[in-house]
Amino acid sequence: MFIAVITLLTIAVIFGLVLGFAAIRFKVDSDPVVDKIDALLPQTQCGQCTFPGCRPYAEAIANGEAEINQCPPGGDNTIVALADLLGRDILPLNPENGEVKEAKTVVIIDEEICIGCTLCIQACPVDAILGAAKQMHTIIVDNCTGCDLCIPPCPVDCIYIVPEKTSASHWQWPNPEESGSPVS
Amino acid sequence: MTTASHKVFDFHGGLHLDEHKSISTSKRIEQAPIPAMLVLPLSQHIGAAAKPCVAIGDSVLKGQLIAKADGRVSVPVHASSSGEVVAIEKRNVPHPSQLKSECIVIKTDGRDTPIDTEYTGLANYHSLSTDELRQRIHDAGIVGLGGAGFPSHLKLKPNGHHVDTLILNAAECEPYISCDDMLMREQAPAIISGLRIMQHALHAKNCMIGIEDNKVEAFAALQTAIGDSDDIEIVRVPTRYPAGGERQLIYSLTGKQAPSQGRPLEIGIVCHNVGTAAAVHNAVIKGEPLLSRVVTLTGSGIPQPRNMYVLLGTPIDDLLEHCRANRDDIGRTMIGGPMMGFVLDSTTAPVTKTTNCVLVTHQRDVQKPETALPCIRCGDCADVCPVNLLPQQLYWYAHSQEFDHIQDYNLFDCIECGCCDVVCPSRIPLVQYFRFAKTTIWQHERDTEKSNKARLRHELRLERLEREKIEKRERHNRKKAALKKEPEQKEDPKKAAILAAMKRVKEKQSVTNISPSNTENLNADQQRKIDEANARRTGQNKDKNGS
Repeated sequence: MFIAVITLLTIAVIFGLVLGFAAIRFKVDSDPVVDKIDALLPQTQCGQCTFPGCRPYAEAIANGEAEINQCPPGGDNTIVALADLLGRDILPLNPENGEVKEAKTVVIIDEEICIGCTLCIQACPVDAILGAAKQMHTIIVDNCTGCDLCIPPCPVDCIYIVPEKTSASHWQWPNPEESGSPVS
Repeated sequence: MTTASHKVFDFHGGLHLDEHKSISTSKRIEQAPIPAMLVLPLSQHIGAAAKPCVAIGDSVLKGQLIAKADGRVSVPVHASSSGEVVAIEKRNVPHPSQLKSECIVIKTDGRDTPIDTEYTGLANYHSLSTDELRQRIHDAGIVGLGGAGFPSHLKLKPNGHHVDTLILNAAECEPYISCDDMLMREQAPAIISGLRIMQHALHAKNCMIGIEDNKVEAFAALQTAIGDSDDIEIVRVPTRYPAGGERQLIYSLTGKQAPSQGRPLEIGIVCHNVGTAAAVHNAVIKGEPLLSRVVTLTGSGIPQPRNMYVLLGTPIDDLLEHCRANRDDIGRTMIGGPMMGFVLDSTTAPVTKTTNCVLVTHQRDVQKPETALPCIRCGDCADVCPVNLLPQQLYWYAHSQEFDHIQDYNLFDCIECGCCDVVCPSRIPLVQYFRFAKTTIWQHERDTEKSNKARLRHELRLERLEREKIEKRERHNRKKAALKKEPEQKEDPKKAAILAAMKRVKEKQSVTNISPSNTENLNADQQRKIDEANARRTGQNKDKNGS
């Protein structure tokens, strides 16, 4: 009886040490599923999913607190990719979260009207607006994700949505099926 | 010079197409007139667009630098004739997207006054180091004139590789196009000279010219230009499209295959076009930048098809007018040949460094694209594919937009030669699908890159906000602490004053023990008085301390 207790205790201590060591040695800083989900999201950080950014939304999906159809900028492609990753059913985009934009957009500031209030700078989730108090602001277009979060705070309505510019080097050949060459 | 003995390897697939070349080779190359306006795109090459270094209103001379290269993969642009810069704006350019692109517009003065070039002509290029040679070629704005437009100076840099063979691509396999053929007939010595300069720059051991066996006159001209020297070998390859594809020609001549998605340089081979060789000759030997090129104007919509030396920037409209093409009869204008060219919507676009052919089709000859039928998986496309791909598989995945799978079938090795299109019994526009898939994949890559950047910027912003919050709190705490300390600090001077006073008193007290200096040799009376005084003082002190 006494030997059995000692043996079991010894085994318990050994396993405890092994598990404790493994927990430290192979520590995972963040949930890898969250990282995978986050990688599929478009990173516009627009908050249309009702979460404050893409990563919080990814965490909510991983925890089962949110559906996979709440990301309008990602559209159907993101929904399909998320469904593939998580083994869930494909859902249509939730209209409550917004609509898919027809073309990618960015914003521009009408620099004549801008009064330099810095409100848009505080709203921009990716620090893509350059300016200072009482100085004219401008958008760093290359970094603009088209989230449109800077538009509501602007007191003088000097921020406009414009389609993202296509240059010849970034131009895409049209899909033959959409350009009048039907394949049945 | 050995020509007969060389073994020619047979690349897979390919097609025998109707050549339609002879219609434009009956006349000598003619000089196109100087147009009223020159439209010079800043991006006539692969890589970063050049940066303008002239302003509107500036007078420019022929050969003057008007836009500088921007970065490593870029080349400068020169004024092709003298005149005045009237605009720097977006104009129509020859590009399949039909998008406008930044151009420098010069109103010519017709005098064609040349500038005193920075470089003078140079008979003995051996005196230059290979770096200096490449710099000259770069400064002359030379790009691959075969059609792709890759900056030539980069293709003349061995980059640590040992260059075994330099191949001059004289195959010109695409139907209708004859600009290289005519250039070889008329400028063979310049081409050979340019080839030797390139060989020198690359330290290439062997030098070969690959030419299709239908170009008899050009072959003879090259042979004459080479003469008795045996440093260059001309190899005739069978006329079969696309024999002039870089990889196909390399295989035909050497039996080696360039690595998939790699460069031929990795297997010690560099391939240049004949037009490029002539341009290199002009740049190094004559000191002239690239200002004009040979363009084939052909097709049923041109009354007398021909080849012309055209100044870069000449609007295609001017060329059509010069050839007396009837505007109403033109059904379709293409840049390049019928296989790999693209349709041009607006003929106001100019001739650029890569415009080898303007193919104008009479409207009676324009065939409507046939309705595509389902793929029957006959495999004809795979039989003709010169890259040994499986076009039916690529089509399958492009059609269903499975862009991960399509890359498993080496989509990016497709040279878009169009052979599969021609043989497809279902008339599926296969190359269109492949181009669509390629550009969509590139777009996805750019999107991923952009979203990674956005993620990073967002994280950095959150970090910054957190840091600012902490800093603010710390500032706040410091201020609070400072406020508390302040009253104590006010008492400090008082305390110090008291301490100082006490110190003085102590000093005074200690002074009393010091015996005065005049107390020596005293008489009895004096000593008594002193003792009395001391006793008094002690008594006083005692009283003071006691009180």
